Amino acid sequence: MTRPAPGPSRNLPQYGALAAVLLANWLLFPDFFSIRLQDGRLFGSLIDVLNRGAPVALLAIGMTMVIATRGVDLSVGAVMAISGAVAATLTQAGWGLAPVLAASLGAGLLCGLWNGLLVAVLRIQPIIATLILMVAGRGIAQLVTEGQIVTFTSPGLAFIGSGSFLTVPMPVVITAVLLGVTALLVRMTALGLMIEAVGVNQLSSAGAGVNTPVVLVAVYVWCGLCAAVAGLVVAADIRGADANNAGLWLELDAILAVVVGGTSLLGGRFGLLRSVVGALILQAMNTGILLSGFKPEFNLIVKAGVLMVVLLLQSPTLTLFLPRPASPRPIRPPAKPESPSPSAGA
Amino acid sequence: MIHRFLPLLVTSAVLVVGFLLCAAQFPAFASLRVVGNLLTDNAFLGITAVGMTFVILSGGIDLSVGAVIGFTTVLLAVLIEQGGWHPVSAFAVALAVAGGFGAAMGAVIHVFQMPPFIVTLAGMFVARGLGFVLSTDSIPINHPLYAELGDLALRFDGGGKLTLPALLMLGVVAAAVVCAHWTRFGANLYALGGNRQSAELMGVPVGRTTVAVYALSGLLAGLAGIVFSLYTGAGYSLAATGVELDTITAVVIGGTQLTGGYGYVIGTFIGVLIQGLIQTYITFDGSLSSWWTKIAIGVLLFVFILLQKGLLAVWTGRGGAPAEA
Repeated sequence: MTRPAPGPSRNLPQYGALAAVLLANWLLFPDFFSIRLQDGRLFGSLIDVLNRGAPVALLAIGMTMVIATRGVDLSVGAVMAISGAVAATLTQAGWGLAPVLAASLGAGLLCGLWNGLLVAVLRIQPIIATLILMVAGRGIAQLVTEGQIVTFTSPGLAFIGSGSFLTVPMPVVITAVLLGVTALLVRMTALGLMIEAVGVNQLSSAGAGVNTPVVLVAVYVWCGLCAAVAGLVVAADIRGADANNAGLWLELDAILAVVVGGTSLLGGRFGLLRSVVGALILQAMNTGILLSGFKPEFNLIVKAGVLMVVLLLQSPTLTLFLPRPASPRPIRPPAKPESPSPSAGA
Repeated sequence: MIHRFLPLLVTSAVLVVGFLLCAAQFPAFASLRVVGNLLTDNAFLGITAVGMTFVILSGGIDLSVGAVIGFTTVLLAVLIEQGGWHPVSAFAVALAVAGGFGAAMGAVIHVFQMPPFIVTLAGMFVARGLGFVLSTDSIPINHPLYAELGDLALRFDGGGKLTLPALLMLGVVAAAVVCAHWTRFGANLYALGGNRQSAELMGVPVGRTTVAVYALSGLLAGLAGIVFSLYTGAGYSLAATGVELDTITAVVIGGTQLTGGYGYVIGTFIGVLIQGLIQTYITFDGSLSSWWTKIAIGVLLFVFILLQKGLLAVWTGRGGAPAEA
């Protein structure tokens, strides 16, 4: 089986899909690409797609690496609720911006650490290990807010959700920065290679000297951090924390974004940028459905259709009938860690 | 022999001790009425959880059950109220649709060798989406048969009663126990979950069993949807959100291994009752807030997983199996 050439060409299906969706939106809505500057901030449908896609894109960054280790993190929605609840409650209690951010991100890190320890040390299946926090986390968030929807007026915290930096909305800036930092961490060091190795074969990579527990814990901690950032952005945007509904079902959207981005659920090679593009594809479709006047009810069915097409393209059975593998890597891999590609997607 | 049933015994002990503690604090707790309500309130969850147990025993997972319940309630409401159908024929159609939906997911999982997690996630989107397309409003069902079925119950002295949903759940659990332990299908299921390759080599019809188990899960979710619509008297596309997680939790608390191949249907039933017991206790107490239910269930989930891991380590004489997705 030949492997598709590394580099930008491997990302083509995702970019192509995003371009197709945007083009379809433009055909339905000729003003789609028009962007105007108002009050020092960019406005327009395209900016809207980026801005609204930011929370899922943030989650997808962390989720990509978890999935690359052959895991999954179901708790990210609940972690968003916890970090939002902590930020709103502390702000209301009169804390300054810096300690609020630290406490809120710290809560996310702790959640990630808990997940990581369950998966790496207690060796619980990721799906179940993170299910615990998914069930209990929302309860914890409600405990923090005492069941109320906590609102705040602090302009500093609200800036994270609705402010802008150099005319670009803050959520977009935050997503770009987190994507950049994460990409630097995993691609400029051996970490990315280790993550992929653990995902392809945990035993072999441990045999080859990779400290798998540390890699696993690090990945879940980072995912928790990403979820906390997403929770902050959402809470800051609505200037309040709703422990019941913040981030509800977003874990599924994040997994979907990663899968649409072409990272296999069976672990191994991953692409951070492609996952973010996956999140944007989903958001652009969502916006397109709203603009086209279809009922928003169709959104879920369209999402399911896209998911099935992407999965079919990755399916080992279908791959046999195609001239070249459509998946980023063969699903039944040889039992050796894959070599990294220096420009693999991020 | 005794340690084969140990997880089941521990789960049962938790239920009994929990019930006794509740009864010690609130004397009114130990009444047939409370027990009857416990069974009625959790009937749809119990029926769904039986299907989930089968899927998990076979080594899979089904995230679509909650959405199928919601879709079934809307389908029933639309057929009965807007289509003028008789409820019985609507029930038959709903069961056929739900079973067919499950079978289709099973076929996709087997033929394209895709992870069940993601296929049933897509199934969840499809089922919720179809429900939304049928109706986004909650539609009340006013057919006289619904009122009759709602009154149908085995009554006991002291106000206790077993309603139709509760009876249905008990029937499903009993049938499932027989099916899991005394039929060829059940044996195939355990073999498939224990080791897929060995099962294939032994001549277990892997494809047929996979399709059948997801069809069964869909069918039971459809039945749970009927029960849910009887229970609430309405059809709503957002009904039963998150039930997939409640059922998985019940299966885990019931002692079934999520890697497949080991577990008992009756354990799942007890797991459902434990979750119901926690909720009933919080209702009785009155001062505890509803979020303690979630936290308590999370803690229970954690304790039971640890227990399973510990037992597995003792049985195999080494650390637990490597973590897998």
